Amino acid sequence: MAQSTARSKSMTGGEFGLILALLALSALSLFIAAQAYTAPFAFHAGLFCVASAAGAFAIYHRYDNRAPDLPPAEIDGKPNYNFGPVRFASLAALFWGIAGFTVGLYIALELAFPWLNFDLPFINFGRLRPLHTSAVIFAFGGNVLLATSLYVVQRTCRARLAGDLAPWFVVLGYNFFIVIAGTGYLLGVTRSHEYAEPEWYAILWLVVVWVTYFLVYLVTVARRKEPHIYVANWFYLAFIVTIAVLVLGNNTEIPVSLFSPKSYPVWSGVQDAMIQWWYGHNAVGFFLTAGFLAIMYYFVPKRAERPIYSYRLSIVHFWALIFLYIWAGPHHLHYTALPDWAQTLGATFSIMLWMPSWGGMINGLMTLSGAWDKLRTDPVLRMLVVSVAFYGMATFEGPLMSIKSVNSLSHYTDWGIGHVHSGSLGWVAFVSFGALYCLIPWVFQRKLYSLKLVEWHFWLASIGIVFYISAMWVAGIMQGLMWRAYTDQGFLEYSFVETTQAMHPMYVIRAMGGALFLIGALVMIFNIYRTLSSAKVATSELSLVAAPKLAAAE
Amino acid sequence: MSLSFAKRLPSHRFLETHSIWLVVGIIIVVAIGGIVEIVPLFYLKNTIERVEGVRPYSPLELAGFNIYVREGCYLCHSQMVRPLRDEVERYGHYSLAAESMYDHPFQWGSKRNGPDLARVGGKYSDDWHFDHLRDPRSVVPASIMPGYPFLETTPLDYRHIAEDLTALSRVGVPYSQDMIDHASDDLKAQGAPDSSGAEDLQKRYPKAIVRDLKLDKREISEADALVAYLQRLGAQVDFKLYDDKANIR
Repeated sequence: MAQSTARSKSMTGGEFGLILALLALSALSLFIAAQAYTAPFAFHAGLFCVASAAGAFAIYHRYDNRAPDLPPAEIDGKPNYNFGPVRFASLAALFWGIAGFTVGLYIALELAFPWLNFDLPFINFGRLRPLHTSAVIFAFGGNVLLATSLYVVQRTCRARLAGDLAPWFVVLGYNFFIVIAGTGYLLGVTRSHEYAEPEWYAILWLVVVWVTYFLVYLVTVARRKEPHIYVANWFYLAFIVTIAVLVLGNNTEIPVSLFSPKSYPVWSGVQDAMIQWWYGHNAVGFFLTAGFLAIMYYFVPKRAERPIYSYRLSIVHFWALIFLYIWAGPHHLHYTALPDWAQTLGATFSIMLWMPSWGGMINGLMTLSGAWDKLRTDPVLRMLVVSVAFYGMATFEGPLMSIKSVNSLSHYTDWGIGHVHSGSLGWVAFVSFGALYCLIPWVFQRKLYSLKLVEWHFWLASIGIVFYISAMWVAGIMQGLMWRAYTDQGFLEYSFVETTQAMHPMYVIRAMGGALFLIGALVMIFNIYRTLSSAKVATSELSLVAAPKLAAAE
Repeated sequence: MSLSFAKRLPSHRFLETHSIWLVVGIIIVVAIGGIVEIVPLFYLKNTIERVEGVRPYSPLELAGFNIYVREGCYLCHSQMVRPLRDEVERYGHYSLAAESMYDHPFQWGSKRNGPDLARVGGKYSDDWHFDHLRDPRSVVPASIMPGYPFLETTPLDYRHIAEDLTALSRVGVPYSQDMIDHASDDLKAQGAPDSSGAEDLQKRYPKAIVRDLKLDKREISEADALVAYLQRLGAQVDFKLYDDKANIR
């Protein structure tokens, strides 16, 4: 902003504008809190009021203490990277990860031992399950995506993150959204769309945050010093843009009142179902796949110190993947009241989706060419590579389950839960752990405390996943078969509750698997804690070389 | 082969070096599938069957529906009977799209930790439902469902029920002004069989089941509302009269 002399300090337009906006939001929230129809909504409006006032104060406080000039984009011709928001998001990811895994373990135990619901509203299965799914997908996964994307975009573009306050607004605003969404589930504020439960006011806030995220990302890319936009950034951009489209489409709703947390979606019944699973499957496709493939495309080559296997393959599989994924939603609605033509389209495209998915897997795995020996010595790289293998497995299982005859058995059973977890624990969480083991030492300028502990984490989590998914395969296929079993006389052989009873041993084994996974993550927390409490080292010792060498398109 | 392929790639160089066009390309590519699959559902006439008997929820049933949503019942109970032999025999006639056309949001579910509820209406008595909600294992010993004793001790908050009906009418549910004006009275009347309001209620909402409040005769509880909703599930269409051939268009 305009500064008359180098000495005098004045507020930037951004600082001034954001302080005003936050104070206005704070006042509006206070007004809403006073008139709210329900106690949970008053609580949330109160949180908005306090948080936005605190935000305004923090901006003023920063202004008060900062130098007259904002940090430059470059120092001596080298980019002056902004890693503050990256640091915050990477630690937030760890916090939410532990929270999400713990809630997951608890609800797994609730299914095995229902007395754990304690007849209380706040911790019954129906309210905790969305807390678990959102905490692991959007809080843990989301913060990993924020941290890595804001890091990768800077390094692969050789440019400082665009915006002064904007990157901080994105990470803090996103985490505030998580708090609103999560506490809402416990208090019974939900839209009942799976993975899209937050109500209208949380979504309005999210949209503001997300648009800011998109702009920060795009402007940073536009200011790049590299001629080409690196592959990882295509995937991050596809993730950011498509999630925006999906959230807007699936959250078309009318609030009952400004003072009510409740809203009614514009769509109903069959159309609502189709739009929900268009959203739901592509939350998998673009949040949990495209975003994490971007992580793969930066961190695997970086850690293996090898270039990407095939640049051409990454082009082909990128466009094929994002084109085909969108069509796959109806496979969640096989044999339902959704018209057959839509179900058939969904199944067809889901099967085709196998190819670009494996294109990504091949590109990731083959990047190890000439560096396979590192798997023996580097457990972090092993975690990254095993995650890609799990990605390949889950993206084979998915098309299989979208075949209608297979789906008639697998749908509504724990096979689906097992499938989701081989993807989320094996692929998403492992690639996240691997990336965080790289990223945290880089951005905090510390040496990772112990590779031995990474080894422990790897094995505990791997064994946990095996327990988990094999228990769910057995449970799912068994229950599916029991539902359709007939006696010799032609009667249904089992009542529903008998099939529930048969699940008990598998539910216990699944909970054990989840516990091992959680213990592994706690080992990681200890490792990171020791890393952060060690002394800073010079960046040169962390082998912070430039972005992975790319074979250019030409 | 690889050479000729590579020759066609320089066009991709354009996208790799122009961030805005890359974003535009992504938006176009991801838009196609969604448009093709979603838009026709709004105009193809055979998407939702033409049937008799499906009406909007009465205010008490709607309040129950909202409690069903609030407690996340859909996470363990589907409301979608598939046209498979075992499901039709276990639960009843397969579900029609028309049966959930007033469900904002839909409650088809995706996992059955408990049985499907699409046709649970009328299957059990009210007393059974109250016992079952309070303590599921008192009636189904092997059940893994959480207990919901707090529903019957929590009075239903229906101060704003008319606003709910107004919001739903804005998104296409055929609630008349008359229904909205009497929302609160209708809600109370559904728990008061001998009242004058009960008759009016049944005029506005045909076949609405009016019955005494279970526990506290003065105050409507959340459990009353939820049971009113559950008892109506899947009982709207008379399948003795339903002709599935008529809906092939």
